[in-house]
Amino acid sequence: MAKSEEVKAKDNAARPPSFWRRFGMQFGIWGVGIGIWLIFVFTASEAFTSKDIYLAFASSTPIFALMAIPLTLIVITGEIDLSFPSVMALATASFTKIYSGTGNIWLGLAMALFVGTMCGYFNGWLVTYFAIPSLVITIGTGFLFRGIELAWMNGSGVGLTDKELASVANVLVGRSFFGIANQFWWTVLATIVLWFTLNRTKFGAHVFLTGDNKISAQLMGVNVNKVKRRTFAIMGFFAALAGLVASFEVSYFWPTLGDGLLMNSIASVFLGGTSVFGGIGTVTGTFVGAFIIGAINAGIVASGINAFYTQVFFGLVIIISVIMQAVISKRIKR
Amino acid sequence: MAGQAPVIQLKNVSKTFGEVRSLSGVDLEIYPGEIVGLLGDNGAGKSTLVKIIMGFHKPDEGGEIWFKGEKITEWSVEKARDLGIETIYQERALCELQPIWRNMFMGREIKNKYGKLDVAKMKSEASRLMSEHMGFTSTAVHPDNSVLTMSGGEKQGVAITRALYFDAELVILDEPTVGLSLSETKKTLDFIQSIKKSGRSAIFIDHNIFHIYPAVDRMVVLDRGKVVGNYKKSEITIDELIESMYRVARTGSIKE
Repeated sequence: MAKSEEVKAKDNAARPPSFWRRFGMQFGIWGVGIGIWLIFVFTASEAFTSKDIYLAFASSTPIFALMAIPLTLIVITGEIDLSFPSVMALATASFTKIYSGTGNIWLGLAMALFVGTMCGYFNGWLVTYFAIPSLVITIGTGFLFRGIELAWMNGSGVGLTDKELASVANVLVGRSFFGIANQFWWTVLATIVLWFTLNRTKFGAHVFLTGDNKISAQLMGVNVNKVKRRTFAIMGFFAALAGLVASFEVSYFWPTLGDGLLMNSIASVFLGGTSVFGGIGTVTGTFVGAFIIGAINAGIVASGINAFYTQVFFGLVIIISVIMQAVISKRIKR
Repeated sequence: MAGQAPVIQLKNVSKTFGEVRSLSGVDLEIYPGEIVGLLGDNGAGKSTLVKIIMGFHKPDEGGEIWFKGEKITEWSVEKARDLGIETIYQERALCELQPIWRNMFMGREIKNKYGKLDVAKMKSEASRLMSEHMGFTSTAVHPDNSVLTMSGGEKQGVAITRALYFDAELVILDEPTVGLSLSETKKTLDFIQSIKKSGRSAIFIDHNIFHIYPAVDRMVVLDRGKVVGNYKKSEITIDELIESMYRVARTGSIKE
């Protein structure tokens, strides 16, 4: 097959897209990631040549990476979710309430994941049933979910230090393999599962079609609304998982859980090469994007640069990456 | 054809969009092995009719759709395609950022028995069909290339090949020759003949009577949402047809 293609290419026959065309975007992301890493290795060699900083990334980055990865699917369909930090909190609040009420850990965990999924599904239902832009409606549901959670918890947190919780905590956020945090492996698993979902299932194929051209997809029998509702539900499920991970990591459920994670997650998705306009995106890109963002946060401090510059650096990297992607994708098109 | 149930039959189908009545009381039947030309001015309701047959639009209360002698109650695009109706849309209905293979199998992806997509098979089938059936050999026509990079004729080729692949019983072509070169137009007209030869049916919509007349068995004239004429080719010459089309455009009635 490969040989016949080569022969045909000479007489202007069907040829596959060039390597650059196909993987240019991925190169861009990995290039940015490696570039930033090299900068830090030189400016903060002491910190960046010891393994401690990598272990720190592996425990802190997954908390928003776990949400950035499913968010990629929503962005590919051309929608956005701004409510997931509140879903994290509401779902984890459900866990603490069920656990303290019944003493049943498994029921609590199941309830948290169920509540998260339902919150996501509710977002999807509002977006598709009323045809409201998700950018607007999820600001509303974000406040709603947060408000319900704060009122329910009466604004106070819950310690998660019971002996009975130790085994669950160990599975979620324990340390294994050279002291790498388990949440890192959960994030890797989420990436693999959602990669498969996106690239090897009918639903995943429909995610791309929905975001590329909604009308064309509908004309060919794709139920775009169902696809969107499912992506929001998946988002809710992972927000719940991230909420549990974040809370068990610090052995405490803060009612403000999720604050400060919104921008990190969204930035990871766009840094990872997913198109703002929908139809294009990869979960592996988001995975790398999330770790670039995690590295910037830690690297600035380790380099001895005044921490006030973190956001400057952060902003520059995102702006430059997005411009680079725009240029690359324009080149790829023609 | 006597005794055979129509592949598709519309009974008293109307469609209203808000205040605008796009179709009113349309009756139409297409028999097996029949190529029907659908003629009409802009805004006559041709595209709406196609989208009702395809299940994209729902007809107003009282309209009925029958498939092979059975009344269909729950009609959707998915169901229409499952029963073997494929459409080549005027607007092509492609997702242009996606590679050819995704467009080719849009909505009807090939899966293995565990529900996993068979990407390799979709790519090889797309490649085979594009070169064997459509004779496309340009550099843009590789299954991994995005549709965006293709010419108008090649895009149409994707849409036609897609209809071809699923062995449709009824193929609807909504102005398939718009924007095509002479040789691409000829390819499209040949495709319509191949549908007839294989004993399947087609609805052919085109502005150009000279494309329609030689290709079809019967012509249905639509004007302002109503069927105003229905001729077997043996009953009318091309000149008479053109004359009556002018009359319809002027007076809204086909009769003198």
